[in-house]
Amino acid sequence: MRRCMISVVAALTAALSFTLPAAAQEKKTLTVYTYESFVAEWGPGPKVKAAFEATCDCTVNFVAVADGVALLTRLKLEGAGTKADIALGLDTNLVKEAIDTGLFDKSGVDMSKLTVPGGYHDDIFVPYDYGHFAVVYDTETIKTPPKSLKELVEGDPSQKIVIEDPRTSTPGLGLLLWVKSVYGDKAPEAWAQLKKRVLTVTPGWSEAYGMFTKGEVPMVLSYTTSPAYHMVEEKSDRYQAAAFEEGHYIQIEVAGLLKNAPNKELAQQFLSFMVTPAFQDEIATTNWMMPAAPTEKPLPEAFDKLVKPAKTFLMDPAQVAKNRRAWIDEWLAAMSLN
Amino acid sequence: MLTRTERYQGYAGGAVVFAAIALFIALAVFALLSFDSGETDRPLFDAYVWRILRFTLWQAGLSTLLSVALALPVALALARQPHFPGRIWIIRLMAVPMGLPVLIGALGLIGIWGRTGILNSALAAIGLSEPVSIYGLSGILIAHVFFNLPLACRLLLAGLERLPPDYWRLSASLGLPALSIFRFVEWPAIKPLLAGIAGLVFMLCATSFTLVLVLGGGPAATTLEVAIYQSLRFDFDPQRAISLALLQIAVTASILALMALLPTPKDDSAVTGRAARRFDGTGFGARAWDGIIVVLAVIFLCLPLASILFAGLKADFARLLTTPAFWKAAWTSFWIAFLAGLISLTASIAIINARAAIADARKPGLAPRGFSALLASLSSLVLLVPPVVIGTGWFLLLRPYGDVASFAPLLVVMINAMTALPFVMRVLSPAFATHRQRTARQAANLGIFGFARLRLIDLPVLAAPLATAFSFAMALSLGDLGAVTLFGSEELVTLPWLVYSRLGSYRTADADGFALILALLCLGLTIAGTAGQRGRKDDG
Amino acid sequence: MTSNQPSGIRLQNVSLMLGTKQFRFDCELPAGAITAITGPSGSGKSTLLNLIAGFETPESGKVTIGSANVTALHPSQRPVSLVFQDNNLFAHLDLATNIGLGIHPSLKLSAEDGKRISGALERVGLGGYEKRKPGTLSGGERQRAAFARALVRERPVLLLDEPFAALDPGLRQSMAGLLLELHRETGNTVAIVTHDANEVRQLADHALFIDHGEITLQAEIEVFLMRRDVPGLTEFLKL
Repeated sequence: MRRCMISVVAALTAALSFTLPAAAQEKKTLTVYTYESFVAEWGPGPKVKAAFEATCDCTVNFVAVADGVALLTRLKLEGAGTKADIALGLDTNLVKEAIDTGLFDKSGVDMSKLTVPGGYHDDIFVPYDYGHFAVVYDTETIKTPPKSLKELVEGDPSQKIVIEDPRTSTPGLGLLLWVKSVYGDKAPEAWAQLKKRVLTVTPGWSEAYGMFTKGEVPMVLSYTTSPAYHMVEEKSDRYQAAAFEEGHYIQIEVAGLLKNAPNKELAQQFLSFMVTPAFQDEIATTNWMMPAAPTEKPLPEAFDKLVKPAKTFLMDPAQVAKNRRAWIDEWLAAMSLN
Repeated sequence: MLTRTERYQGYAGGAVVFAAIALFIALAVFALLSFDSGETDRPLFDAYVWRILRFTLWQAGLSTLLSVALALPVALALARQPHFPGRIWIIRLMAVPMGLPVLIGALGLIGIWGRTGILNSALAAIGLSEPVSIYGLSGILIAHVFFNLPLACRLLLAGLERLPPDYWRLSASLGLPALSIFRFVEWPAIKPLLAGIAGLVFMLCATSFTLVLVLGGGPAATTLEVAIYQSLRFDFDPQRAISLALLQIAVTASILALMALLPTPKDDSAVTGRAARRFDGTGFGARAWDGIIVVLAVIFLCLPLASILFAGLKADFARLLTTPAFWKAAWTSFWIAFLAGLISLTASIAIINARAAIADARKPGLAPRGFSALLASLSSLVLLVPPVVIGTGWFLLLRPYGDVASFAPLLVVMINAMTALPFVMRVLSPAFATHRQRTARQAANLGIFGFARLRLIDLPVLAAPLATAFSFAMALSLGDLGAVTLFGSEELVTLPWLVYSRLGSYRTADADGFALILALLCLGLTIAGTAGQRGRKDDG
Repeated sequence: MTSNQPSGIRLQNVSLMLGTKQFRFDCELPAGAITAITGPSGSGKSTLLNLIAGFETPESGKVTIGSANVTALHPSQRPVSLVFQDNNLFAHLDLATNIGLGIHPSLKLSAEDGKRISGALERVGLGGYEKRKPGTLSGGERQRAAFARALVRERPVLLLDEPFAALDPGLRQSMAGLLLELHRETGNTVAIVTHDANEVRQLADHALFIDHGEITLQAEIEVFLMRRDVPGLTEFLKL
């Protein structure tokens, strides 16, 4: 039965194979799996590609999926047979799962120069940028933003916030962990109270931020770096992030080397390149995140005005992986109360 | 009445389409099930799944009831007022929500019904301080009615317009009051359509995902589709995703089966092909009622669309239209939609012909009758198969045979074609039945077969419904983000993908602009698809 | 298949079940004659016609036209022309095309055929109507056009299923007259389903009476009209 199915597939494949690009390539090709906004025309991808290609006599080929989660799913689906040399765009919450796949190898990159707060370290993944989760608010509607997570939780229920769903998005999971880090066992009570201020829970960041910029809701769970986009690109100070006294949960974006990478040396070269100024210079104003290593060019002025968290929360990825399901169930229970 | 060859061709076509759809789904499921992800420690039927199953059915049931019940007076009014100003444009506008990416539709609705939308601003202006919140079940219902009322209305209207014009002359000469016309003419025409239309709307609402989360106000509003997405995309637990999908199909299919016990359309309408002239609905009361109903429906539909329009107009079109990314995406979207539409149309025709061939045999055995029923249910139940399941399954299947990115366009075309099938069937089946009724005996007696029959008898009459169905399928495919996200190939950037990627990178204005272009494209498609209808009115 | 040689029609022990209704026919329609098929509503008149035309296939028994066994043949392969009560013409095609389809089903027509079409239209009193669409004609005119198509088809058998039922009485008279004239010119075999006793008297050479799916009488018209012992027939003839 199975053989029969496979032969159907094989026939289909044969019929399609003419669409495959010609294999004849003189230069080596470095295949980087990443997420869509990284390779967008305004994203860091095009500039980074040009900068690296100038040094390596190779071609960088980006394969972009929707987001970091889709990236990991893609790698799991492809398994050891993946064509990827590098996976770029996982975040700290996915790291444990990514390591468990056994698909990744040690990077061998010198990470002594990294400037990421929170003391994240591992020898497999290379952090290339970070951002702290933050409540971004509309200054035209909110004159006195919450000064702490506690104030957010206990504040005026008529001032609404839109958050993301931890079941389907990384920012949603980020907020869940943030609340857990601050409230610990009291997290369900905090959620039950915050629920009154939650206008709705969206499946992803795009929906939430879209509702926010359309003026439907004055607060949104986003990043400390979000206001930089509006200040730099739109010359507008309207949207600001609220600094919370307890501290902010961090999201670190990382890249990793695949064990079966066809061009392992080249891949290691690229990972090392990622922590140099040539790469880091591009990050701030293209990916709208904080660079993970020193830059040569100073960051735009707007970045000086951003919230600089006094304390950074970051849970051990293993602990997150272990408890994620229980914590989500806890969140579901608290958020579904009437 | 069919020749033996025609009958066998009918059976064969049906069998091929059936096998193709069944294999397309089964292979994907098979591939996913045999993928070991080591994540199967969670029982399927926990309290959480039961709770979201209940909610899924509850909201889908209410949404269906509201959509169809509200579509009914609108369809009756539009049918009774063939000269209503801008009638053809109202009907065309009704196709736009179908082709909109769901998120864009949701943002448009929020612009009207939201906390800071027009409604609440108006209420605030007359002194109401506390905004009316739609978030929760009411928001979900409003959104589902917005997306599905036009669909139900168009299908009901088509049913009413297929009534023989003699009925209206007869009703007029008998001096039947509006209520009697409804009881004896309109309702009997509509009643057999209701089960099918309600079933379609129910499936669309049961598998709703983004709308339910965005407007549901919190995780209490969660559908099975969310859980399927979560287990496949976030937890990567294919076994669980398949189990949930099977649960979704089984439960929804049983509900549809119950609905199918209601009467279904019989092919017994005799129509002369003349334009329907209505003699009722000319009195002041009737005109006022119809006018109010239609205007209310138009306001309900147009306000969110207008909010999309105004948001979109702020975009910098000079820049958007000159980016190569836009033209590439438009081209890709066009081809995907075109091929998906074509395949969907071909498959529908094959299914319709197969069922006609089976019905043509005076006494079909149990097996052919069963096959006919199977074809009918398959052609609507495909809507319940989550595209993410199909996409992931085929990714696994094709993976060993080369770069999946090069297969991706074909897969997306197939998935879109499958999703459009139930809609295409709804448009084509009644039209084909009426046509067969009018021409089958003559054509058989005169020995007009094959290409000659197609060219002389079928195409001239069926061109209009085929165009409508084709534009319908294309619009659906155009607005669908669906499976594209999984494959991540630069060759496969579509217009909805552009919209989402702009939204995902702070570029809301660009996203609004692209969304507006998408909406206009859908409108353009519908204009092309309904162009034949005006021509038919001039005839005879 | 085109032949001017009249062919008799014979149904031998034909039986058929439709739904819960059982039909059993054994009869002969003489060559070159007009046979009226009569009986109460639902008795099986149209079913008999459908069996001859090939729209129904018998479960057992044999249908012959002339010397040919047509039992298993498709409607298009039988030497018959048809005129129904309605839907005789394709509404979207003009009369010339509708009639032309009777000559060649793929409409490969020569100039000669064009003349024949015009001649046939002329013959039924619709001269010059080539480009008219059926929707613009009256009911009587549409039936005339259907006759014109039957004319150009030159089939030895003409089957009529209540062809005049939708017309008013005056028109019925003149259409019946036209039918008789055409019959005399072509000498074809005609079977006409009717529930109008006057039509039977005016047209038929021969008649069948069907009751509850069986033929209870088949006879020359003179005999048919005189019989008083067949249940239902007397009532029928009084109408």
